[in-house]
Amino acid sequence: MIEISHVRKSFQDLEVLKDISLMIGDREIYGIVGQSGAGKSTLLRCINGLEPYDSGSITVDGARVDSRDKAALRNMQKRMGMIFQSFNLLERLDVYDNIALPMKFWGIKTKTEESRKKIEELIRLVGLEEKIHAKPRELSGGQKQRVAIARALVLDPQFLLCDEATSALDPEITKGILSLLQKINREMGITIIVVTHQMEVVKQICSKVAFLHGGSVLCEGRPEELFIRPSLPEIKSFLRDSSDLLPKTGVNIQIFFMGEDSGEPVVTQMARELGKDFSICWAKLEDFRENVYGSLVLNVEETDREAVSRFLQSKNVAWEVLE
Amino acid sequence: MGILSNAGMGGVILTALWQTLYMVFWSTLLSVVIGFIPAIILTLTAPDGLRPIRPVYEILSFLVNVFRSFPFVILLVLVIPFTRLVVGKAIGTTASIVPLTLSAIPFIARIIETSLRETDAGVIEAAKSFGASNWQILWRVYIKESVPRILNGVVLLIISLVGYSAMAGTVGGGGIGDIAIRFGYQQYRTDYLFICSVILIVFVQVIQMIGNHLYKRLS
Repeated sequence: MIEISHVRKSFQDLEVLKDISLMIGDREIYGIVGQSGAGKSTLLRCINGLEPYDSGSITVDGARVDSRDKAALRNMQKRMGMIFQSFNLLERLDVYDNIALPMKFWGIKTKTEESRKKIEELIRLVGLEEKIHAKPRELSGGQKQRVAIARALVLDPQFLLCDEATSALDPEITKGILSLLQKINREMGITIIVVTHQMEVVKQICSKVAFLHGGSVLCEGRPEELFIRPSLPEIKSFLRDSSDLLPKTGVNIQIFFMGEDSGEPVVTQMARELGKDFSICWAKLEDFRENVYGSLVLNVEETDREAVSRFLQSKNVAWEVLE
Repeated sequence: MGILSNAGMGGVILTALWQTLYMVFWSTLLSVVIGFIPAIILTLTAPDGLRPIRPVYEILSFLVNVFRSFPFVILLVLVIPFTRLVVGKAIGTTASIVPLTLSAIPFIARIIETSLRETDAGVIEAAKSFGASNWQILWRVYIKESVPRILNGVVLLIISLVGYSAMAGTVGGGGIGDIAIRFGYQQYRTDYLFICSVILIVFVQVIQMIGNHLYKRLS
């Protein structure tokens, strides 16, 4: 478990992390989300000790991440594999040697039967058997990130830190990388922390997220709680919701379908029971880790407002009036 | 007059070619080995280096610039006492290796430094994230990734040393350039001038070709 408590960090006069507190549980896929400049990457670099923090504490299973204690920090870093937006592979080493590199930093012989087996197994895991002796420049972006993932796993880490790992990849390739991360999380029990500004990453894999804005955690929770019915304007602007396209007359009512009650035909029931007319002017379905969540916006006459409110209240669905 | 006869020409040129190769080889080797030291110190202590130490970087950088801006002809004369100390004499092919090397060190040091610092910062960060020590990053990342670039710099160095070795001929260094000046220019022997020029052109071309080939293979 990683426990971040009251962490602050400044670059000269600019405070980039303002009193950050988070708990990242074992075997979770934890998203640190926000727009660029929110401090997400800095926070991730603090967790790994690449960057020192000014005050507060970060502990991993009770042991403090302290960049002044070099020996302890190295051991900590061994437990955390890391992948990056720009892949960061060594251009002159082939796939095999790139994956083996962290072993060399730890004085592990890379030519032994055991090491060879392990590296080949990782190459199989990421699906690059054909490319074992290819140089990075012969690989596509997605393949490079797969090499980087294998390299990050070669020291048997407990955590995998991903710094905008899919931001440079197109949507289809991103999906492939995300399902690989999910597989690693499920099958190897590795806790994954992803820093991202991409909603599709959050939706596809994160079990929990923290939303960072201006160096503070604005909220934390399950992604469907945070993003389907966003209450904070910062999150709304992050999602770039198109509520300005809604009709200017009448009352706009947004209804949310969360998980289990997604199947209930509330809208048609309402039309039948109330005998009122209304138009559906906006709708969205979203897929969070294979669960479908959605929302739609109805436009009703001002005079029907009371009746519709009462009906929705009785149905126990989540809804709100958009003013 | 034997030395000026056509029969002697081959011998003269062969000896000169050998002297050029000898001077260029040793001054290249020595300057690259010695030049690595300031290059590494500059890389490590630079503001974006692994251990930024501003005064060390600034002072060393200043010294490199000072030595680089010394005109070679002046250096040739200035270092005579030092040459005598190292080689035992101030004149001759071996003796001329000293000024050649001294002038080449700051040049190649800067080139190696630039090559090393061109290493992708992300790759260095990745190495750090796996717990690599500074020495490991220096050897396994900085130097390893920079080999082709450094090689390009060495080719550049060899070619400019061929040129400088002609000037070194003036302190009795001999070599192709020396023959071109003494026989070709001062004695109006255009055949010497012509052959010497052709040899130098071919030499430079061959070095550049080998360099390009190795660069491709190594990168």
